[in-house]
Amino acid sequence: MTTNPLVEIKDLNFSYDERAILKGINMTMPRGKVIAIMGGSGCGKTTLLRLIGGVVAPSSGYVKVDNQIVHELSRNKLFSLRRKMSMLFQFGALFTDLSVFDNVAFQMREHTDLPESVIRDLVFMKLHAVGLRGAHNLMPAELSGGMARRVALARSIALDPMLVMYDEPFAGLDPISLSVIGNLIRRLTDALGMTSILVTHDVHQSLKIVDYVYFISEGVIAAEGTPSEVRESVSPFVHQFIHSEVDGPVPFHYPAEKYATDLNLENRIA
Amino acid sequence: MQRAKMDLWVGLFVIAGIGALLILALQVGNLGTYSEDKSYTLVGNFENIGGLKIRSPVKSAGVVVGRVMDIQFSAKTFDAVVTMNIDDRYQFPKDTFASILTSGLLGAQYVGLAAGGDEGMLKSGDKIMKTNSALVLEEMIGQFLFDKASEDDEGDSDKF
Amino acid sequence: MPRRIVIGIRGIGHRVIDSVWRLGYAARFFSLILLKSGTSMRRFGLIIRELYFTGVLTMVIILVSGLFVGMVLGLQGYETLQKFGAETAVGTLVALSLVRELGPVVAGLLFASRAGSAITAEIGLMKATEQLEAMGMMAVDPIARVVAPRFWAGVISMPLLAAMFSAMGVFGGYLVAVVLIGVDEGSFWSQMQSVVDFRFDIVNGIIKTCVFGVAITAIAVFEGYNAPPTAEGVSGATTRTVVTSALVILGLDFVLTSFMFRGVG
Repeated sequence: MTTNPLVEIKDLNFSYDERAILKGINMTMPRGKVIAIMGGSGCGKTTLLRLIGGVVAPSSGYVKVDNQIVHELSRNKLFSLRRKMSMLFQFGALFTDLSVFDNVAFQMREHTDLPESVIRDLVFMKLHAVGLRGAHNLMPAELSGGMARRVALARSIALDPMLVMYDEPFAGLDPISLSVIGNLIRRLTDALGMTSILVTHDVHQSLKIVDYVYFISEGVIAAEGTPSEVRESVSPFVHQFIHSEVDGPVPFHYPAEKYATDLNLENRIA
Repeated sequence: MQRAKMDLWVGLFVIAGIGALLILALQVGNLGTYSEDKSYTLVGNFENIGGLKIRSPVKSAGVVVGRVMDIQFSAKTFDAVVTMNIDDRYQFPKDTFASILTSGLLGAQYVGLAAGGDEGMLKSGDKIMKTNSALVLEEMIGQFLFDKASEDDEGDSDKF
Repeated sequence: MPRRIVIGIRGIGHRVIDSVWRLGYAARFFSLILLKSGTSMRRFGLIIRELYFTGVLTMVIILVSGLFVGMVLGLQGYETLQKFGAETAVGTLVALSLVRELGPVVAGLLFASRAGSAITAEIGLMKATEQLEAMGMMAVDPIARVVAPRFWAGVISMPLLAAMFSAMGVFGGYLVAVVLIGVDEGSFWSQMQSVVDFRFDIVNGIIKTCVFGVAITAIAVFEGYNAPPTAEGVSGATTRTVVTSALVILGLDFVLTSFMFRGVG
């Protein structure tokens, strides 16, 4: 096992339509850890995952996964790298035309020549790990939000990846499903020796399970540290974020004209 | 949807589609009665083909024996060269007479073959020597008026 | 005033550049489908599944419409032809109209609104729910796995469906003219067979349906794959599939007809 980090991000810039979304991000993500990337809505967290997965290319800087610079890989090399990582999408993104079983079996059938009996055993093992072995016959439309997320989790670990990325894994879940998913992420990361990158804005659940946290605000890393460091942080942004304060460095008001000007008060008085 | 059931339906679908194609070819079209590859060509020069078109039928005694394959204008003889595909089953004598006829009063025009008495038969690529042009309405009317006029002349001469 | 002219010229330029770009993009997408069809050919099961959805499920509407169109043709044709005492030619009229024009065109329009819109909606929804991106992240190419099988299934189904439409239409014409009205059965079929030519009428009709099949499914998968990933985006793309397909079918039909039946009576 090499000691160098699994994911290394260096001076990463990304703009979309001349709008800078990420400005000079540096991150290192060691193997076997759960790392959270937090920040307000629309701060470019999901874009960061897409950059790691090679879906989009950076404007400058690079993302290195397993010592390979992602955006410089040829299509075939990128696809073989992607076989070793997987992504859990916000709402699961289960294939609606396939059953739960076929969803989990999808990558095994696409990428391996395993006989159907072996695939069957493997799928049941993965489904058992997320507690949904009994649901293998259901279609995605018949699952609750939390169950769909668990099936998607089982699908993302189908080929025992070295890296799993989670895009808002806690969004729209009830408190019970939320802790179930949180625990699963931690347990599976430890049991399978993989690395997990969590993009989320659920502070309390993620601080319970992660090893390291990055806060992104307006395209730059606002703060970073272990959960206990973050809780003690004096940074006003982190403080506002963790304690869910309404106003602070992240203002309540969208930048606007003076209120009085918009209501045309000044003219009336004059 | 179970895999086997789906396969069955798709199989039925493909069979029905190919069946429909066969029906079109055999029952609606003329594939069953006439095939192009078992045929030979004859050529005929006509002074005027009238409304004859490519694919017009070639009939003998009212039976379709072939089709017009090509119509060209010859710059040497200043007439129309009509190439016909004739079914292999039918052979015609060398002195066969080809004329362009009209089916019914307003019907489409076709080539009519009237067999002669020669012993030798026409072979593929041969030229039909005796041809008769299409009747063109203007010429017919002109002919009719001319006849009428000469008739009147005769009547006049009777008077006097 | 000159300023307005400049703005107008700029608008024209913008539109031209935009449409050339879109055309190039569509051409690139189309060639990607062809390039990546190897996967779906090797795994024919994928195409069979799509054949069920595009072919089998469209069959009912095609058969019923074909029957009615044929019956109406028989009725109208008889009404007109019997004035000239040529009612036995009703078989010819029904068969020629169906095989040359109505079969390919009407079947194409029905196929676009039934199967084409379904393909667009399905692919668009898969995109909106991130299924396509998820597939890409699993190192499975969505064009090879999702788009190409649907494309080929559409291309295979369309000629078969159009043939069923025409055959059913001829049967409908037979029902009305021979069974209902009492036109002589022998001359109904023999007149039809003496005029309808296999090479010129039927083969040309089949070529038309193949071209329409390629056009409709290409439009359908393109619109679905490039639909904006929202509910309005998908519904708009579905509408565009039907409208564009209808226009393309009618336009292509005119072009093909003028090439195929040139100089032929």
